[in-house]
Amino acid sequence: MRYVLRCVLVAALLICGTAYAQTEDMVEDTVMTAMAPAPATNVNAFDTDNDHGHSVTVTWDLSVDDGGGTGAVTGYEIHRWSPAEMVTLDSLRGLLSAVEAELPNVADSSAEANLRRDSLRLRYAALIATSVAVGDDLDTEMKARRAAVKEAFLAALDGLPAAHARYPENGNWQLLGKVAAGVSTYSDAGGKEPTASSFIPDYCGFHYKVHALTADETVYGETAPFGPVECYGQWFNTGRVPVLLAVLIFGALTIIFVSIARRGADLYVRPLAGIEAVDDAIGRATEMGRPILYVLGLGTAADVATIASFTILGRVAKRVAEYQTALIVPTYEPIVMTVAQEVVKSSYLDAGRPDDYKDDTVFFVTQSQFAYVAAVNGIMLRELPATCVYMGKFFAESLLLAETGALAGSIQIAGTDEIAQIPFFIVACDYTLIGEELYAASAYLGREPILLGSLKAQDYAKAAVVVFALAGLLASYASWGHVFTDLFKVTN
Amino acid sequence: MKRQIPLALVFVFGLFMIFQYFVPHEKSEWVYEFLLDWILVIGIFALALGIWSLYKVSVDKIRARKENWAYSYVTLFGLFVMILFGFTAPNGESWGLYAVFVTTAILTILMIIQTMVAKSQKGLYLGLAGLFLAASVVIAIFDGAWSFHFYTAEGLQNYWFRAFFDHILIPILSTMFSLLAFFIASAAYRAFRARNLLASLLLISALIVMLRFNPYLQPIMGDYMAKTSNWLMNVPNLAAQRAIVIGIGLGIVATALKVILGIERGYMGKG
Repeated sequence: MRYVLRCVLVAALLICGTAYAQTEDMVEDTVMTAMAPAPATNVNAFDTDNDHGHSVTVTWDLSVDDGGGTGAVTGYEIHRWSPAEMVTLDSLRGLLSAVEAELPNVADSSAEANLRRDSLRLRYAALIATSVAVGDDLDTEMKARRAAVKEAFLAALDGLPAAHARYPENGNWQLLGKVAAGVSTYSDAGGKEPTASSFIPDYCGFHYKVHALTADETVYGETAPFGPVECYGQWFNTGRVPVLLAVLIFGALTIIFVSIARRGADLYVRPLAGIEAVDDAIGRATEMGRPILYVLGLGTAADVATIASFTILGRVAKRVAEYQTALIVPTYEPIVMTVAQEVVKSSYLDAGRPDDYKDDTVFFVTQSQFAYVAAVNGIMLRELPATCVYMGKFFAESLLLAETGALAGSIQIAGTDEIAQIPFFIVACDYTLIGEELYAASAYLGREPILLGSLKAQDYAKAAVVVFALAGLLASYASWGHVFTDLFKVTN
Repeated sequence: MKRQIPLALVFVFGLFMIFQYFVPHEKSEWVYEFLLDWILVIGIFALALGIWSLYKVSVDKIRARKENWAYSYVTLFGLFVMILFGFTAPNGESWGLYAVFVTTAILTILMIIQTMVAKSQKGLYLGLAGLFLAASVVIAIFDGAWSFHFYTAEGLQNYWFRAFFDHILIPILSTMFSLLAFFIASAAYRAFRARNLLASLLLISALIVMLRFNPYLQPIMGDYMAKTSNWLMNVPNLAAQRAIVIGIGLGIVATALKVILGIERGYMGKG
């Protein structure tokens, strides 16, 4: 009897347990169905505009449960369908980089290196059909493997458009990323190098779908896939039209004023005290029998400030050659040194004193910023130059140089387009060319009509900027500010 | 011809650089990157010229016994030792005869310099240079504890390379940079002397901006100082800065156009 009772009790417990479990499952199902938010709508994907390709922009309309409705949407997941060939491509990419990393280490015969090579051979055999004679010289073997992997990699790349066209056969959805609730756009931008893991191929038909997520990420509302959409590079960046127009107008202005100047019109140029002081400073150096120090700054030969500085250096070197004063030009950049040597040599030739030119007038010091400062400051304190000229690009070293020059008792003339350094030069130097005055110096020194013409074009362009600034101010008062500023909007 | 070819090159590549700014296509990017690579290549060749220039200036200074000529030995020592360390690295834990090799290699270089600067006994220095060179070559061939690394960056991990760089160069450079604080103080003192109306205005503005960051004045001045300082920085200061920036932008475009069109030729040695 007791036994029967026990059995009944156990059976009752089992039934209750099963019933409870079923009820729980049912409750869970109900919750899942109830919690799944409304999906995003109107999913759209298109090639990102004005770029080099390898990028697709995905947009959608927010789920009704995002901010409204149940308010359950916490964010969105963006998925792209990826064919199996993309996985093969990833494996080949990894193998290629492993083989290339192994090539310089073929001389390494350690146990660790041998293990690494064995693993590489196994990976190779799994991916590539072409066999390579392992018994050969290790270098030859690795080079043969690299060639075979490269060939397979390129073949896999070529096959990507066809693989994507096969949608939805033999592939799966890959999560690209997540965005927060309220966001309705995602940029699927990848690398352009096929060897980069972030590579996104051009001219492949991609398919996208968006999940509206809830706090429980297994519960989501899913959109229908959208596609195919291809990405590709553009031949003209329409976002830069205002820049193109500005360059064309400014170029036309320059050409007009240059031709006016060529016809003999007298163009007034405001005197630049810093440039006018150069001749006096060279005269002072000659009288004192001390050298002139010319610093071209830390810019490269490609910087416009350095190019302008070469012109001023040419003029200074010519005067120096005429007055037979010493010139010291320590440089920071080897290419700048080479150009500066040529400039100074030409100036000595123009002055009719080519024999006075010395090779060590322009020399290289170092490409380390503060080591350069230490060297130039040392020269200043040893040589006590009568004049220090700083023209070009300067950074944190500007004040270190100018203050040491002041301590050495030199007349100092500076010019830079680095806005943060201008105050330092103004404080520590006797004359300072502010910003564009540095570029104007070449025209001012040369007094050639065509150079003066370009200066006039700059003046008129500045006047136009002032007019536009005032027009913008008025437009903003009249509540047309956005309409006006949109005319000048430039996108990258 | 000597002038026309460079001018033509500048014109073609200058125009391309304008063109590529408006063309985002991959092909345009490829050419752009290819040209940038060329800058690197030219830079590397120019670096060799730079090192030669530094070597020559230093040797000339030693030869002429100019002021502080002995420091030129330090420059040359640093230059060659870092090159040597940067291209060599031990193959395992042991350094073998590396110290002897470095010593003989440095002595070789010093003897070569001595040969160049000495006014007498050049033969002796040259002979010694040959002797030390032979010793270095023999050690380099037969000592398997270390090796040269020309194609990889292994040498840059060499203990001695890192030690010289981290424990000598970096502290020296930091010292140079730290001097800036004192120079700013002395420059500020000169700039803020109230000699005339403009200098007085500058002094007052600077005092307001500096005092704004003084925590002890906050209870007394309240937000007044912060608001005045912000106004100074965001209105007159920013307006002046923007005016300069616009001028610089136009100046850059004008200069670039002049260079591309061959009007500006100062960089070629002709103003």
